[in-house]
This record gives sequence, structure tokens and C-alpha cells, in this order.
Amino acid sequence: MPDSRSRVLSAPPVTERLLQAAIRYGLLWLLALILLFFSVAEPAFLRVGNLFSILQSVSIVALLALGVTLTMAVGGLDLSIGAVAAMSLMIASYVMVVLGWGALPAVLISLAGGALVGLLNGWLIVKLRVPDILATLGSMFLVIGVQLIPTGGRSIAVGMTLPNGDEAEGSFSALFLALGRGRLWDTVPVPVLITALVALVVWLFLERTRIGRLFYAIGGNEQAARLAGAPVQRFKLLAYVLSALLASLGGLLLAARLGRGDVSSGNGLVLDALGAALIGFAVLGARKPNAFGTLVGALLVATLLNGLTMLNAPYYAQDFVKGLVLVLALMFTFGLAHRAR
Amino acid sequence: MSAPVAVAPEPLIRVRELSKTFGANRALDRVSLDIFPGEVVALLGANGAGKSTLVKILAGSQAADTGELWLDGQPRRFSSPLSARRLGIVAVHQQVNDGIAPGLSVAENLLLDELCQPGADFWLNRRRLLERAASIAAGLGLELPLEHPIEHLGQAERQLVVLARALALQPRLLILDEPTAALSDVEAQRLFGLIDTLRGRGVAILYISHRLSDLQRLADRALVLRDGQLAGEFGAGHLSAAVEAMLGQALDTHVYQPRAAGREVLALRAAQVWPHSQAFDLHLHEGEVVVLCGLLGAGKTEIAELLFGLREAAAGTVQLDAVDWQPGSPRRAIASGVYYAAEDRASQSLIADFSLRRTLTLPFLERFTRAGFIRNRAEAAAVQAQVAALGVKTAGIDLPMSALSGGNQQKVVLGRWLLGQGRVLILDEPFQGVDVRARREIGQLLRDSADGRATLVICADVDEALEIADRILLVRDHAVVAQYPRADLARATLVAALAGAGAPSTVAPIAAPSRSRASA
Repeated sequence: MPDSRSRVLSAPPVTERLLQAAIRYGLLWLLALILLFFSVAEPAFLRVGNLFSILQSVSIVALLALGVTLTMAVGGLDLSIGAVAAMSLMIASYVMVVLGWGALPAVLISLAGGALVGLLNGWLIVKLRVPDILATLGSMFLVIGVQLIPTGGRSIAVGMTLPNGDEAEGSFSALFLALGRGRLWDTVPVPVLITALVALVVWLFLERTRIGRLFYAIGGNEQAARLAGAPVQRFKLLAYVLSALLASLGGLLLAARLGRGDVSSGNGLVLDALGAALIGFAVLGARKPNAFGTLVGALLVATLLNGLTMLNAPYYAQDFVKGLVLVLALMFTFGLAHRAR
Repeated sequence: MSAPVAVAPEPLIRVRELSKTFGANRALDRVSLDIFPGEVVALLGANGAGKSTLVKILAGSQAADTGELWLDGQPRRFSSPLSARRLGIVAVHQQVNDGIAPGLSVAENLLLDELCQPGADFWLNRRRLLERAASIAAGLGLELPLEHPIEHLGQAERQLVVLARALALQPRLLILDEPTAALSDVEAQRLFGLIDTLRGRGVAILYISHRLSDLQRLADRALVLRDGQLAGEFGAGHLSAAVEAMLGQALDTHVYQPRAAGREVLALRAAQVWPHSQAFDLHLHEGEVVVLCGLLGAGKTEIAELLFGLREAAAGTVQLDAVDWQPGSPRRAIASGVYYAAEDRASQSLIADFSLRRTLTLPFLERFTRAGFIRNRAEAAAVQAQVAALGVKTAGIDLPMSALSGGNQQKVVLGRWLLGQGRVLILDEPFQGVDVRARREIGQLLRDSADGRATLVICADVDEALEIADRILLVRDHAVVAQYPRADLARATLVAALAGAGAPSTVAPIAAPSRSRASA
């Protein structure tokens, strides 16, 4: 750093402070700028209905992203969340449509299935010491495959023909559909409410509780955490189970919104969720997985996509935009922080 | 300087007015020095005096802000460690793990520099690699398990590998930063022999150490850095004056009040670390500071690991406060009041991005928790109090640990165990990479707080052991083989015992105990 000589005596000069501010608040500024731009370019953007539709579109990805934030906090990664969400969607549909059971068994069985996959991931990683990416990639394929078997690879819809020739007699209960389509006071969608609640709980858990801090300790240096008495294996297992549970919840909300068990939906969620959690690293200069950042990351991408759609930007530009935001965020987090040293 | 090569009037390296600043901190302030071929120059300075910065600039891993550097009378500017190395300047840094590549074998690590050469063979020839590595190791009198992964080696053996790697480059200026920190006396002697040989061949050596005995043995002269400035140059006979210049004041003599042993806290009976190692007893008492002393690879850390639940004993019983006890895991050991501060601070105690506060309270977080939630104010108050009690110098408790000097980091990772009501406190090499003043402060703290618990310190350095101990236990081949009360123990007796009977002889090659490490 040849320019560091000038920084010796006085307070850090303007450029230095700007850099620090960019690292801390860069992504929040970007979000504000995007909001400002779209509300000027397209006044309908700011309507309450549209804002809630942004939140609604982001709620499921945000749930998955909060889950993967937990596994990232313990220094791991969960690639199976998209598959788990899809599986949960298929289980819930199967239980209601094919078996003809009610909403509550559907929800409980889906969550139990998710927890089971979480346990499998945790067991592979903690007990068999399979590296996290490999273990969850493996279980991802496993889960994607397993959910296709009961229906012979077909989507589940009310009145569908079963592999044995009968017609499915059950249907989605109104109570279940309300999970995805209901609105509180006719404005706030239920999924948004659920995601907001989960985000608050995850944030409190990671920032304010003892276990949350031990999660970060394990992620920072597993050996040091173990020598300080943290139950490393148990907490890593817990992180994967929580992640899978949140993914299952996301799958349930998706099933409730779609009203059918669509085999292809859900699998694509994993990349969006990972992206949101990674963008979250850059929020407030955290440089680590954190619940607030993850939420901002998910919002940022959803806002951008919503606004561009309103401006009639082509659908195929969406992935490009997501990628651009992610790369920008990573530059804020790691590139600039490195220079500020 | 008696070596004929040293007559050369031209310095090998000439440094003029070198300065370097980091943010608001002036790490080096117009430093000038000359180093001649065939001399050992000691570089002294307290933690944060600028030694590491100077070394990094000389070795090319950092650029100076201003100043000039001449090699063989030519002005030079190193853009990378590689460019410095091409001109014969090789540095061995204090952080051993920076010098090794995990995942590779010991042999590959020894030859890492060769493998990184752009002109090196594209295909790896495994047999030739092993032969080359074996010849390097043999040339230095090292016995290393060449085909094992480097991870199987302990800190000290890794240190030897890193040193051997540097020597294999045939440097003209060799910079050694705390090379004996992980070595015990005999291994250090071996290193000193190597250094003498190099000096005879006309190699210049810049030697950084906190150990006065190393410097007395080796140095032709000493340069002292203080607050980034050159505070003086001293001849070989005036090293104590150099230490005074380094600290800015004379050190008081440090004879601790002997402490009486109280009730027995921990008893290890007929314990065996390995099925074939010798059985031994170990008794620790309240109020007493016991030092485990032994050569590299003697098994000191393994004994500590037995007590902390990191390793299962092959045989033997443990009693804690006269009750049969099995540690099982670090978590259970801590719950029973047995605490252990591990040897390698960076990899075993520090957590990336954790603040001083978080590092300090980590083992006892439950005490600052209500219904699972952390009580921030109670935690902050306890941390403030502990920071004051430990004498940790910091601008705030929420700063990252990396903002603290090595000595202060060490105070935090040792001192955090004083938050608990411990029965046994085990410290593994607590004085590593810590300057004399911080060492005294830590030693004093340890002894002041020793009432009501047993204290076990692992220490390869004889002087450190003698300074801190009430009783010294000698460890050899994974067993405690002798014990000495501090009161009437002469340094020479301990050194002789360490090197002496039972071991083949003092000139034996440095054997890395691959057997025990590999099966661990």
C-alpha cells in the first residue's frame, strides 16, 4: 500500500471512510437505489399490492436461505435444501390427494420427512466425516429421486390417475391452501408472515443465544470450539436438521400456493437460496453468514426481478441480473475489505 | 568474528532508512543496518517492536514505504519472496503452519520450493522425490517419516521440516524467527550446530528470539528494535544490556515465592499412554505449580490429552478429588473442572473473527446466559473485570483478537480459564512466542491464582520450567520417569537428566516419533 504514508497522523481521510461505508452499507444503498429507480420509472411499483407480491415471491426462497445460513454458521453447507423442499411438496400432495388425509397429517409427515433428511446429512457429515458439500450433494440426488417413485414420476393433481389405474379421490384441504394463498387483513400474505417470524427467530437464535454463538465458534474454528467444551457434533447435527426443517416448511408453502404436487418445482430453489445467503455476507460488513443479511439478500434479488419484469425486461435476463448482484456483493464483502486492511 | 570470510569489508546486505506504516501505526521508522557474510546477528524487540515487519521486508513478502535496500552493493527492490529467494535471502517465519502445505507428504513439503520452480519436471517421480528428501534430511541429521502426511507431525517436527526446507535452498542470508520456540533443549542444540556450520560457510544469519540463552550461545552481535526504531547495537558480551534496551528498563530478578502443596486434587495411577509404553503415576496438589518437562516427542502433550479427554489411556486409573473419574471428552472434563489451554494458539484456541469478549467467555458462556439468551451486560462486565485482572492491553473488548499483540492474545486464551472454578489447570507451552515481560506477567498471574487448584504446565524450555515450577516432572517415552522439587534443583542437573541416561546419547539424531503420531 504505497499510499498509506499519507494516513499516518490525521483521522482517516475521506476515501478511507468512504471505503469503510461502502463495505458496511453498500448493499443497503443498492437496495434503496433500486427501490428509488423503479418507483420513478414505474409508479405502479410502489403500490402496496405490488410490494407484498415482491415479499410473497421472496418468502419461500428466504426460508430456505435462512436454513442454509444456519449450516453456513457451523462452517458447513447444505445443498439438499431445494430437493427437500420439493420432496416436502410431493409428500404433502400425496398425503392429501392420494391418501385423502387432512392438512395436519400432511404438514407433520412432510416436516418429519425433512427432519429425516437433515439427520441423514448430519450423520454423514458428523459421524462418517463425509465433506459437507459431497454429503448434501449426494442426499440431494437421493431425495430428488426418491420423491418421484410413489407417483411414477408424475405430478400430483386433484383427480389424477394413479399408476394402478384408479382415480385419486382426495383433495387439498382449504385450510392447507390458506397457508399459501391466505392473507391477513386481506393484505399480508400468510407465507410472508411465516417467513418474517422465522427470520426473527433465526436472527435471535444466532445473535442472542448461547447456542447461536457456539454455532459461530464451531464455524470459525471447530477444533478451538471443541477444546473450549462446545458439543461440536451435536450442534452440527442440529444445524442440518434445522436447515432441512426450514426447507420442508418452504416446500409446504409452495405446495399450498400451487395447489398441486408439481415434480419440477422446488429443485431450482437451492441456487437462489444460496445466492441470498452469500449476498448476506456483504450486508453491514458482516463477512459471515447472518440472518439479517440473508433476508436483505433475498429481498434485493426479488425486488430487482420484480422491477425489471414491470419494465418489461426479458425473462431470460433474470439469471444474469442475479449473478451480477451476487458478484457485486462478493466484491463488497471480500475485495474491498481486503483493500481496507 | 573469527571466520576468515567475515573479513570482507562489503556487507552482504545494507539497509538504509527503511520505514513502513500500517494505518496509524508506524511499524518501522527509518531503520538502517548492515549484515556481513558469516555472522549471526540477533534481532531483539518486544512484541510489536517491528521485528516481523523488518523480516517481511527483507524477505520480500512486504514492500517498504520508503528506504533503500542494497545487496552486494547493488540497490534492490524485492517484489515477492521468490525474488528475494533468487538472490539468496530465505526467511523462516514464526508461524510454523505458514511454512507447510497440508495434504502433502513430509517429503513433498521438504521439496516444496523445488516443486514450485517453473522449470521443474512436469511429471512427479515419486522415487526420486523420496531420494532427494532423504538426502536433505540425512544431510541435516534428521530422521523424519518422509512418506507420512505432514499432518501426522507435531508442531516441533513441523518446525524442523520448515527449517530443513529453508536450509536446502542454500541461502546466503538466512532469517530465523523464533526457530527454537517449539524445540526442546537437545533439538535446539542440534539447530545451533547447524547454524555454526552455516556461519563457517559464510552464510549470514539474522536470528530473532526471546530466549536469552539462545542468543548467548549464537550471536556475534545484537540489534535492538523498540517501537519501530533501532534502539542500539550490542556486542556479544553485552546481551543483558541489549535486553534492557529492548524493554526500556531493567528487569527485576524473578524468584517466585515457593508455594506449599495442599490437598491432592488429581491422581493418575499406573497410567499407560500406549499399550507398550511404561506405566507411571502422576499426582497433582492444590496450590502447587508442576511442570512437565521433556524432549520433543517425549509425550508431554499426550499426557495432558489423557487428562482432558482427548485421548484414551491404554491402562490406568484417574481420581479427581479422591473419586474415580473418566474425562471422556473435553466437554466433560471442563464440566468436572479440568481445563486445558492447548499448545498452538492460532489453530487450537483462536476463532476467526471472534472478538476478545467472545474468545474470553467461550468456555463459560452458560454463566452469562438466561433461558438460552446471552446477557450482554453481565458478559461485558465480567470481561472488563477479567481484562483488567489479566493486564491485557487493548483498546476495547469488542476488538477482534487479531488486533492484540501475541503476548496479549496469550493472556486472553490462558486467562479465560481463570473465569471458571477449576480444579486442574493444564497449560501447554504457555510462553510460546511471548516476550520476556509478558512471560513474567503470565507466570506471576499463574502463581498468584494457583490457590485452590492444581496447575500443570508443559514446558520444553529448561529456563522457563525452572522459573515457573514448584516441582518438575521429567517425561520420556510417553511416561513420567523422574521428579525433582524445584528448591534444590540446579539447571545443569535438569539439562543432564533431559538429555541423559536412558536416551542413546546426546548426539543422537533428532528422532521424530512417527510411530506414536502416525497411529494417533
